Amino acid sequence: MSTSTLFAATSGFDSLTGGEVMVAQNIAFAIMAVTMLVSAVRMVTTRNVVHAALYLVIVLAGAAGIFILLGAEFVGVTQVMVYIGAIVVLFLFGIMLTKGSFGDDDGVDGERRSMAAMVGALVLAVMAAALIDTFRDAELSRAQPSLTADIGDLIFSQYIVPFEAISVLLLAALIGAIVVARGD
Amino acid sequence: MSSAILAIELAYWQQTVLRALLGLVAVLLPAGTLVYLFLFKMMSFMQSRLGPMETGPYGSLQLLAEVGKFLQKEDLIPAAADRVVFKLAPFVVLISTFLLVLVIPAGPDLWFIDIDTGIFLALAVSSISVIGILMAGWASASKYSLIGGLRAAGQLVAYELPLVLAVMGVVIQAGTLNVQGIVMAQASGEIFGWGGIGNPFILTQFVGFAIFLIAVQAELTQPPFDMPVAESELVTGYLTEYSGLRFLMFFIGEFATAGIFSALAATMFLGGWYVPGLDPTDNLFNVIGPLVLIGKMVLVAFLIFWFRFTYPRFREDQLQQLAWKFLIPLSLVNIVATGVLKVVF
Repeated sequence: MSTSTLFAATSGFDSLTGGEVMVAQNIAFAIMAVTMLVSAVRMVTTRNVVHAALYLVIVLAGAAGIFILLGAEFVGVTQVMVYIGAIVVLFLFGIMLTKGSFGDDDGVDGERRSMAAMVGALVLAVMAAALIDTFRDAELSRAQPSLTADIGDLIFSQYIVPFEAISVLLLAALIGAIVVARGD
Repeated sequence: MSSAILAIELAYWQQTVLRALLGLVAVLLPAGTLVYLFLFKMMSFMQSRLGPMETGPYGSLQLLAEVGKFLQKEDLIPAAADRVVFKLAPFVVLISTFLLVLVIPAGPDLWFIDIDTGIFLALAVSSISVIGILMAGWASASKYSLIGGLRAAGQLVAYELPLVLAVMGVVIQAGTLNVQGIVMAQASGEIFGWGGIGNPFILTQFVGFAIFLIAVQAELTQPPFDMPVAESELVTGYLTEYSGLRFLMFFIGEFATAGIFSALAATMFLGGWYVPGLDPTDNLFNVIGPLVLIGKMVLVAFLIFWFRFTYPRFREDQLQQLAWKFLIPLSLVNIVATGVLKVVF
């Protein structure tokens, strides 16, 4: 199946604005959303740190799937590459190198639960407000998914300053990590 | 006759079923071919012996006998193991393999998915197998498995960088991430104005090809990069506690991935399903394309297994130094050179 057919089967998002309802796309979204929610809850409630990291993989994979459903192919694949392929692997690597015990961890008791819940709620509120405010009237293009070449052109023309700023930030983080690890 | 076959129109669900079955074939066929041709026969000939000869003509049915043997074995799970994670780990590795095969086209109209991000998707899903290996190493509750899993993860993460960077040169030259686009760019390319054989990227990207093959060798944890499964010190690393069907799944995953990476290298550097002298949009390629691709895949796989049977094992520090101090800088230079030449010409 080419992406254009995939996208055609998945462009039911403006069903709210009077378009036809796309059943396949809605079912796919529902399955991914429910899986992500269940895994996210399990991730913060499990007492086993390795299991928590593995539940995180499911959540991130679901996010990648939803990006692809929205026609943001490049973002979806980047999600898999960076988060699943690198960051979670790093988590697991760190846990396995340092963790002495096998199985459930009694140290994981969630004593700062209320604090974490508050931060979580705040982030949710800020993100939701910002996203709804920005994309309230935006409509997805039905013609085709966003092309990688177009994203590249945008990053290196319109968004060059934020892009360079993020690059410098990452470089600073990299150097900072080396300085901390060297310890002198 | 080829046009009669190609004239058949299939409904969407029929295409989906057909693609799922062909995906299964595309994973198992290369795995079987490589195991028989190289692991059973070529390795034996290199060591002055015949290899399996009893089962079928020249031992060609040995593979089925081996599969039957593994299926009969008891599915052992260590008492202390994390049962769910232990059972899931081989599936995660196989998911990575099955997703990887999707991006490779076998003809102008023969593909599983023809997506814009093609080669980037392949590299992304190939990194999922690391999680399966870490899961296997940790869930076995055995120190050999854990050390093997950690070594594997360290190695796979280190060699993923040169793998990605080597592909970058091809992408710059072809001007697209789409795998079909890369094949077409080679088929319609010209060497200093002479278009007789197209422009297979191995000519201009030979450095990338070499880095890609070395990185693939390390990604497959094959000798000389087999520290994660070094049998003299770690039994068989993360595979130690696996038996029967689950071991077979890891085994198929390894050799299928070897085949698929070979096919990917053949597609990116040797022109894929295209043979020079014909029009790349010719319907004929929908028939002979898969055979051409398999031929080129076996050729690249021959190189991979030749190295496997020839070189002794690296030490862990040598292995990391090769990746970080040699391959990554070299591939960065390759990218810069390709970019400059692309702008100049």
